[in-house]
Amino acid sequence: MKHAFTVTAVAAATLALAFLVVPVLALFLRIPPGDLIHALGTSAAQDALIVSIKTSAIAHAAVLLIGTPAAYAIGRGRFRGRALLLSLIELPLVLPPAVAGIALLVTFGRLGLLGGTLNALGIDIGFTQAAVILAVAFVESPLYLRAAIASFEGVDGTLLDAARTLRARPFRVFARVALPLAAGGLGAASALALARGLGEFGATLLFAGSLQGVTQTLPLAVYAQFELNLDTALAIGAEFVFFGAALLLALKLIPGWTRSISLWTFRSASSPST
Amino acid sequence: MDPLDFSLDVPLREFALDVELTVGREVVALVGPSGAGKTTLLRAIAGLQIARGRISVDGDDWLDSARSIDLPAEERSVGLVFQEYALFPHLTVRKNVEFGRKGGAALLERFGLAALADAKPRELSGGERQRVALARALAPDPAVLLLDEPLAALDAHTRGEVRAELQLLLREADRPTLVVTHDFEDAATLATRVGVLVQGRLRQLGSPAELVASPADPFVATLTGANVLRGHARAILTGLTELELPTGELIRSTDPAEGDAVAIVYPWEVTLSRTPPDDSAQNHIAGVVASLVPVGNRVRVRVGPLTAEITADSSERLGLEVGGSAVASFKATATKLLRQGP
Repeated sequence: MKHAFTVTAVAAATLALAFLVVPVLALFLRIPPGDLIHALGTSAAQDALIVSIKTSAIAHAAVLLIGTPAAYAIGRGRFRGRALLLSLIELPLVLPPAVAGIALLVTFGRLGLLGGTLNALGIDIGFTQAAVILAVAFVESPLYLRAAIASFEGVDGTLLDAARTLRARPFRVFARVALPLAAGGLGAASALALARGLGEFGATLLFAGSLQGVTQTLPLAVYAQFELNLDTALAIGAEFVFFGAALLLALKLIPGWTRSISLWTFRSASSPST
Repeated sequence: MDPLDFSLDVPLREFALDVELTVGREVVALVGPSGAGKTTLLRAIAGLQIARGRISVDGDDWLDSARSIDLPAEERSVGLVFQEYALFPHLTVRKNVEFGRKGGAALLERFGLAALADAKPRELSGGERQRVALARALAPDPAVLLLDEPLAALDAHTRGEVRAELQLLLREADRPTLVVTHDFEDAATLATRVGVLVQGRLRQLGSPAELVASPADPFVATLTGANVLRGHARAILTGLTELELPTGELIRSTDPAEGDAVAIVYPWEVTLSRTPPDDSAQNHIAGVVASLVPVGNRVRVRVGPLTAEITADSSERLGLEVGGSAVASFKATATKLLRQGP
């Protein structure tokens, strides 16, 4: 005879699993697959996909390009105020994205902190694709930085010293030793940050608006289509499920990726966006 | 003009490392307990550790605090073999060796690594890793070679073999070489001169034979493997000195001493018997055999306060066993006396 507690625990697990899986399946079950694929062909869905891919790609490239050497400098550096710096990097992670959107608006918007300067240069960022890129970069970079710093911190310093005694100049130490040894963690950090950026909603809405074909990304399109055409909203939702599944599969399959970064970092960090 | 000449001052947590040394085309070993500042010294020479003082190599100044010269590590012509070897785990043996300079085929051949060229470090044995580390350090043809505990990462039964191999490779490398180790036997095998480093300072520097023949203090004597017996010394009528041990036993020495002193006797100067022998030795200490440790064809026998090193053959003939009794004998002429030290 099984213990009552074992039965209860198994029941709890079943309930939790159903609670998580059924809504995701429901995305696909509401309308037939043919209609789902058809709905992806609508201009709203197609425009949003293009805007999302374009802005995410540019934002993510910028985050990797600037964030990787920055994380190396912070991760390997020993300087005063390091703990404070790390906290400052993590601060945007715990802000609701709507707050991030307002913060960006009062920084880069026409009436913002840098708005006057940008305006004098003939640059107007508010409600353009540049605003989407800034918003996406703003919400995904703390996530990438934090994980990338941890990856570089995990590299054995003796190996970097060994490279130096073998005449390697700082860039070579970084490129030939630190970068390959941190690659697993950096890959995972990059994938998770990309997912976070693609899912960005609040900051983009407040800072860039939701203009179809210009600033309306996939998550914004889900919200807009929710009232206009539920099929399209569902289809975009399904798109995200496939993307998410592909990401998880990559994290499992590519060795080393999950070693230094756990998915929980990403889950807990992105929760304010919901 | 000396190949490697340095005088360094590095503040550590509890004491300062303060060492001055000149190393010619030879292997010098620094021996000392862990925490004596050995690794710090090597890192300071390599430029990985901030230090004050002076380092010059073949007349080039690497460090001269007085003139604000301090070359970064990558500009010092130094090969450093790290304690755990610090091989790049993501690179093959060939890429590791060629990291400092391309074209390591000849080196791979010379170090017997040609067959392992495409292996990753984790697939290698301890001895092979050490050879890769040494080949990698030598590839850029450094002016100075530094080795940090090169044998510590090896297990006991490969150690002897690798030590002999390393001795040969270091001789072939033929350049100023500084080895640090905690093991006097390793130091004596690898180096022509041995320095004893304690609390950041060089206590004594000399050939291994000199250190054994006349250790500067009880610490050096212990390090070289001697029996160190503390007691109270006074001159006696026969012109000898008598040292009274805390246990009441008396030891005679030909060295003069007065007051608190230590007697130093090497294990190979001590003979063992079952009963007190009628011989010329002045000193006989009877005791219980506390341990019998075979070392190759010899046995190290602990009797009372002494360790004797005798042949396995003799041990068998005497029928020595742990718990049995034995008499340790050694000559007054083989008993050195030193002033009581730390």
